[in-house]
Amino acid sequence: MGLADFFRNFFQRNGLFLSLFLLAAVGFWVFFLIILPQIFMIDFSFRFNLPPAEMGGPKDVYTISHYKFLVYGSEQSADSYNFIDLSVFLRTIGAAVFVTIFDLAICYPIAYYLAQVAKGGWARLMVLSLIVPFWVNEILRAFAFRIIFGSNGIINEALLALGIIDDPYPFIRDNIALYAGLGYAFVLLMIFPLYNAIESLDKNQIEAARDLGSPWWRIHARIVIPFAKPGISSGCTMVFMLTAGALAAPEILGGPSSLWFTQIIYQWFNTGGNWPRGSAYAIILLSTCIAFVLLMMRVFKVKLGEIAR
Amino acid sequence: MSADVRLENVSIKFGTFVAARDVDLTIAGGEFFSFLGPSGCGKTTILRAVSGFLKPSEGRILIGGQDMAGYGPNRRPTALIFQNLALFPLMTVWENITFALEVKGVGKAERRKKADELLELIALPGQGDKMVGELSGGQRQRVAIARALAAEPKVLLLDEPLSALDLKLRQHMRTELRAIQQRVGITFIYITHDQGEALTMSDHVAVMREGVIEQIGDGTSIYDSPGTSFVASFVGENNLFRGEVSGIEDGMAEVETNVGKLVARLPENAVKPLAVGDDAHIFHRPESLRFARDDERVNRIRAKIVNEEFEGNFWQVYFEVAGSEKVIKMSMVNDGSSSERRVGEIVDLVCDPRLTVALAEGPLAAE
Repeated sequence: MGLADFFRNFFQRNGLFLSLFLLAAVGFWVFFLIILPQIFMIDFSFRFNLPPAEMGGPKDVYTISHYKFLVYGSEQSADSYNFIDLSVFLRTIGAAVFVTIFDLAICYPIAYYLAQVAKGGWARLMVLSLIVPFWVNEILRAFAFRIIFGSNGIINEALLALGIIDDPYPFIRDNIALYAGLGYAFVLLMIFPLYNAIESLDKNQIEAARDLGSPWWRIHARIVIPFAKPGISSGCTMVFMLTAGALAAPEILGGPSSLWFTQIIYQWFNTGGNWPRGSAYAIILLSTCIAFVLLMMRVFKVKLGEIAR
Repeated sequence: MSADVRLENVSIKFGTFVAARDVDLTIAGGEFFSFLGPSGCGKTTILRAVSGFLKPSEGRILIGGQDMAGYGPNRRPTALIFQNLALFPLMTVWENITFALEVKGVGKAERRKKADELLELIALPGQGDKMVGELSGGQRQRVAIARALAAEPKVLLLDEPLSALDLKLRQHMRTELRAIQQRVGITFIYITHDQGEALTMSDHVAVMREGVIEQIGDGTSIYDSPGTSFVASFVGENNLFRGEVSGIEDGMAEVETNVGKLVARLPENAVKPLAVGDDAHIFHRPESLRFARDDERVNRIRAKIVNEEFEGNFWQVYFEVAGSEKVIKMSMVNDGSSSERRVGEIVDLVCDPRLTVALAEGPLAAE
């Protein structure tokens, strides 16, 4: 079917007004909100950081110096590589992977329970109690975690009272508060795709496997997880991307000595006053995340179309 | 290896609703046993209790003499074939078939060999590497049977597995199922609302109504000697007359009905025996109704032909009878005599007393 046919069909099916609205809305969304800003960012990332007066002048030429900076650092520095930024970058990716796996491990049983086991009012109550905390805004939630995990926080108080520890445990310095906060922040984005996928699984499949002698773990390994794979990938992708790109939680919950890569980007844009370098860093983060997700999809044999299901 | 299944006073309740009440029966090892009844009669509930997905509220279920209480579905010597088959769509045919062996930790090569054997048994050789979605309805049916048989169950439970197939295939699969059952020699418990399926395949049939077993017997006794009005009306087609018993003699009853006096047999397995003065239902099969000869006096009914339908091998002829609000029906073999009758004609019919049964009035099957 040619493109012309497609549009003719599209207009016939939806009518003139709706068709124009859909095309305009989607077009605006894709072009002005996704493509155009990213093009500007890419363009920016290849330029020198010049004072406004010199922009467009003879010195305004393309360069890959900002990309090199992440790898090799400043030319004045004694190190041959930019160890500080690179380690933050790798730690961010690693931590995002960890948070994603952590979220998956927590959310899978909950989603399975909601989708296949819980009934009626009880299930609705559970969903509600998952959603309602997200009415509280992100900053407030992050500060609440800071209080809970602080050295005088309820967790330390409880552990001290129970005699499990003798001194307050530095949850914030060890980034445990940060991982908990990040994990919590995106729980819903993991649960709902999982729930959707598992909910459409025919209960009889589970019963059939059980009837054929399968223990519960094999039912999950062979029946439920393969079936829910698109939902799992979709949830993991979202949680991973958003965790790697989170700013507020690391800002508030991060330990004093550990940076999140987004914080470095933020510094370049803001206090550093170097937008091109900030753009280059942001682009590197974005493309690394995309590449990582595509790699994982290949490893676990998931097609892009399945994620969008 | 087959095993007998014994249900001892099994009752199953959901809250206040009683899905099965005091079911007490024995299914012999190696037989083909059907539970027959309308939807909602509790037959699937019983099957789920035997397979272990439901716990009886009262009573015991024994398989091969062993009490199954406390054994989950994965630990019972039963395999269940679901109404929608519940094949695993993400596995190939052979992986589906040998799932039970995979669970037991059997190696891949051996599983593959077993799958090929079973594919041979269900007449689908060489189809092991296909995905389930690539098979036709009948083939999927057979894969479901093979998957259940691979578990080497002593009892195979089938929950209306043929209901999704079209008529031709369904009839074919009946023969096939029966053949497979005789080849593997294990106990089959079959759930259906289709009396044709129950009668053609089963050694014994239990007819159920509202959680209660109305009658257990082989196909002919269920059809020819129903024990209750419900069984008579649910199994097969009937012309029904109502009346009052005026005399009983030699296993035959005389009943005064709106269409006159009818003589009918009293089935020996009737649940409620009839006595003079009782209200009775008289059931007569359309295929044994015929035109009366001149000398026949007993059960002679005067009727008017109101309609006839041609089915090729059979004619269905419909009559109006004075005193009966319902049209009565006669099924006759297409013997070339159709030109001898005309719609609107008044004729005399006769229903042989030995092929007519009288039963105590009771609930009837919904039409």
